[in-house]
Amino acid sequence: MRPFTYERPKNVPAALALASKFAAKDDPPTEADAQFIAGGTNLADYMKLGVARPERLLDLNGLSEASLRQIKITDKSIRFGALVRMGEAADREEIRSGCPVIAQSLQLAASGQLRNMASLGGNVLQRTRCEYFRETSWPCNKRKPGSGCSAMNGFNRQHAVLGTSDACIATYHGDFAQALIALDATVEIEGRRGRRTLAFAKLHQLPGKTPNIETNLAADEIITAIEVPLGPWSSRSRYLKIRDRESYAFALASAAVALDMDGDTVREARIALGGVATVPWRAGAAEDVLKGKVLDEATANRAAEAAFADARPLAFNGFKIELGKSTLTRALLETRDMKS
Amino acid sequence: MNQAAPTPKDNQGDPVVRIDGRLKVTGQASYPADIATANVAYGVLATSTIARGKVSKLNIEDAKAVTGVLDIVTYGDMDNIGKPKFGNTSASSIAPLHDRTIFHDGQIVALVVAETFEAAEEAAMLIHADYEDEQPSAGFESKGTKTEAAAGKNPMLKEDPKAGDFDAAWANAAVKIDEKYSTPTQHHNPIELFSTTAIWQGDQLTIHEPSQNVTGWKVELARQLKLDPANVRIISPYIGGAFGSKGPMTARTAIVAVAARRIGRPVRCVVSRMQAFGTQTYRAETRHRIRMGAGKDGRITAFGHEGWEVTSRPDPYVVGGTSATARMYDYGSVLTHVSIVHADRNTPGYMRSPPETPYVYALENAMDEMAAALGMDPVEFRRINEPAKEVIGGKPFSSRSLIKCYDEAADAFGWSKRDAKVGSMREGDWLIGMGCATAIYPTAVAPCAARVRLTSDGDVRVQCGSHEIGTGVRTIAGQMAAELLGIAMEKVSVEMGDSALPPAPVSGGSISTASVCSAVMQACETVRQKLFAGAVGKDGPLSGSGNAKLDMADGKVGAETGKSAKLADVFKAMQVGAIEEYAEFAPKGSSPEALKKLYAGQPEFHGGEGDEDSVKYAFGAEFVEVRINSYTREVRVPRIVGAFAAGRIMNTRTARSQLMGGMIWGIGQALHEATEIDQRHARYVNRDLQDYIVPVNADIKQVDVILVPEVDREVNPAGVKGLGELGNVGTAAAVASAVYHATGKRIRDLPIRIENLLA
Repeated sequence: MRPFTYERPKNVPAALALASKFAAKDDPPTEADAQFIAGGTNLADYMKLGVARPERLLDLNGLSEASLRQIKITDKSIRFGALVRMGEAADREEIRSGCPVIAQSLQLAASGQLRNMASLGGNVLQRTRCEYFRETSWPCNKRKPGSGCSAMNGFNRQHAVLGTSDACIATYHGDFAQALIALDATVEIEGRRGRRTLAFAKLHQLPGKTPNIETNLAADEIITAIEVPLGPWSSRSRYLKIRDRESYAFALASAAVALDMDGDTVREARIALGGVATVPWRAGAAEDVLKGKVLDEATANRAAEAAFADARPLAFNGFKIELGKSTLTRALLETRDMKS
Repeated sequence: MNQAAPTPKDNQGDPVVRIDGRLKVTGQASYPADIATANVAYGVLATSTIARGKVSKLNIEDAKAVTGVLDIVTYGDMDNIGKPKFGNTSASSIAPLHDRTIFHDGQIVALVVAETFEAAEEAAMLIHADYEDEQPSAGFESKGTKTEAAAGKNPMLKEDPKAGDFDAAWANAAVKIDEKYSTPTQHHNPIELFSTTAIWQGDQLTIHEPSQNVTGWKVELARQLKLDPANVRIISPYIGGAFGSKGPMTARTAIVAVAARRIGRPVRCVVSRMQAFGTQTYRAETRHRIRMGAGKDGRITAFGHEGWEVTSRPDPYVVGGTSATARMYDYGSVLTHVSIVHADRNTPGYMRSPPETPYVYALENAMDEMAAALGMDPVEFRRINEPAKEVIGGKPFSSRSLIKCYDEAADAFGWSKRDAKVGSMREGDWLIGMGCATAIYPTAVAPCAARVRLTSDGDVRVQCGSHEIGTGVRTIAGQMAAELLGIAMEKVSVEMGDSALPPAPVSGGSISTASVCSAVMQACETVRQKLFAGAVGKDGPLSGSGNAKLDMADGKVGAETGKSAKLADVFKAMQVGAIEEYAEFAPKGSSPEALKKLYAGQPEFHGGEGDEDSVKYAFGAEFVEVRINSYTREVRVPRIVGAFAAGRIMNTRTARSQLMGGMIWGIGQALHEATEIDQRHARYVNRDLQDYIVPVNADIKQVDVILVPEVDREVNPAGVKGLGELGNVGTAAAVASAVYHATGKRIRDLPIRIENLLA
């Protein structure tokens, strides 16, 4: 591991001041000299591998603002402070019963030890597990822009079929983000230039020609909170995660589904897909198929077809299209059958 | 699941708790890299990023400049050291720092030594090589590989077994199957990382390294370093996961020793999990073609088994599991052939049941296919083909309880409730499948030495240079001594894992319990005879009982007359404080040089199919239930039952643990485990425990082990058949047959993953 400087700012303004002092304004946060660390479950790993190379770590765990560590639940929304740990959020009974898709997306991720360390703000920013990104001897456009993509014609079983580009096919592996994007969550961001609120759907960027730029955050911005609006769909919601083993594995395909039903008919569906796309992935076309329809296996299948209409398979990941469709069909039917 | 240890049945020993269990679970057991070492420096390897070519220049200036770097051992620095030799003690003939040729991905190009681990790691990452690289061949599917017949190239396979006229029988068979099967590359990922700590005192070298073969390594390392073996000591008291991975010594050990000598300080090198993929051994991928012909009555008339195995360019590593598959059933004729395929890969090595796991997988999958083709129950099909003698050499089995295992396991599993029709069993959205397969493992034994000491206080010390690799052999060796000397287990201590102790064979091939216990028995017998003589002697406390049958129990020497004497009184009469006996056990059929070879680290193995009088195997039968989601097709294993017969069971607790662990690994081999290789570059890509998938707790539900009583007096004096490797043989085939039963899909290539089962 390379040597680095470690600092532990006392509050958000102090953290931002350090960030703007040491991080070049235009660098993507993942390439900046100064980078924030919270749980460290992702960044520390990548620093050891030489993938992340910050000169200076700004540890957010000492920030004094109490709201960063609070979960506030009202009739209208759930607001998560960004330093809330995954495990704490997953264990909250009101969330488990009131909005199961959130609790399940957290519960099914990582391991108990990791969930106790990882912050929610950091979780949504987790970087891909692409094998070629993780090992610095391979060319990788995300790690070293312009060097090429080793996965494109390599072993790409875990790679994305949606939202890919000619430069990058790395999967966004997070689970929690799928629940957030499905439920129209927003993120609160603080930076030296002020505070802003962003639709969660706008936080991540498609790889396009610049897969090294993963989010709309600047290097001197911090996510301070995530807010999820609640509605009639919240309690009839589910996260279905399909993977090679029953625990401690990323999704081969997953679906976050929330349904607002009128009897057998779908008033409104919210759907996101994990394990198959380069960014958190809202399946709007599938939602449109379901709207106003009786939800049975045939309509679920049509929605699943629509969700993967633009999917682009490669040598080893073609099965994800079929698996993704089955996963969505199963998730829709199981969510329909939930007691709301 | 949490079950009590099984109650011993006939010819089974008590479930004595592990002598080192508390130390291990409380973290007090010190593994080789945990040993506190004064003034130690840290070594980190730098490895190649290509699989074939030459290092034209190694750039080490940046690494040298890192604060704290003490030395970099690289090309030229090993020139006066002997090269490793491919064989049982050395993993490979590849001598990475003797030669700039790159034979495989992740080959050692340098060892950086620094004051701290962090500095060494940072510097190692700054080393980069300029290569003259060539297009490598990754394996079976690559151009540029070289294929040759395996038989005779390696002692593992002297010749291809055959019997009868296969061609004629195959031509005339009423029912035939002709199918191909494959198993993937699998890498050892023991939780205890590989490590070497080298300490010099003058010209005496001590190595702390997890090892399954301390005596073999001592001799081989001395040869490489041109030392007297008496000046080399290998210490490995605890091993956190071995399974063959710590059997052969790798090139690293000598490199670390050289580094320590150069800087005049101890050096410790702990290899990262990623680097272990290229610097240690692995289970090579295999391919199989099986041709099986049978009559309508279900009798197998023709069995043809061809195998292909990947190995490195220079070394003819082969496992050749046709030795077992050709002797499994009552075939009318047998034809086998094994080939090795040389590619640009590191040399493979032993992994739990090296030959049987892949070869029996293919055979048992074929057996299930043939049973289906015959419309016959798979258990019945095996019963019909149960042999009286093995068909290759016509020798009897020393004992064979396979059908008893099938009957007991089938009963416990509820096989009779299985609806044989494919796809007929279902619960909601979950398809249910049930399958079974045979487990087999050769029973071997090797020469072994041991020393046993009994004091007048009743303390027993057993010393034997075997290795506690998690099998329970330390406990069992103590248990054997406790039983024979009539001493409570709490008074027994056992020393193992040190080349300074009386030598034991490599802990591989499931030979340890039989070999070690036979030696311990022999030493204990001498102790007993000396004590008995003292007890009944002129001044002895049992003087006058000279003709009585004597035994030892409860800390006393007792005569059949009921008279007994405390140990202390016997010792007092003998005017000694302790009796210490050294014994050398050599199994039946040993050559006159057997003990010499043991001391030289090249022990003879006896048993299996090699003996004159009979063939010796342990058997088992495994039954598996799978559940497969009808939409998303993930496979789950709610329960597995295995029944095994392995002669005398020394300890039902440790035996059950081994078999259970084997079956769990078998589930992983069926559904999870595979090393992925970038075919273009012949490089391993999933080099960590996130992407190298093994089962986690949530994947393993009910696992039942049945220990079927069996007596076999031919195998060895202890009557023990090793069972450390038996449990994971056949499991993957049982899972595959259950998957077929649930879905109608016959998956012949492991692992069985979701993509194989989608519509």
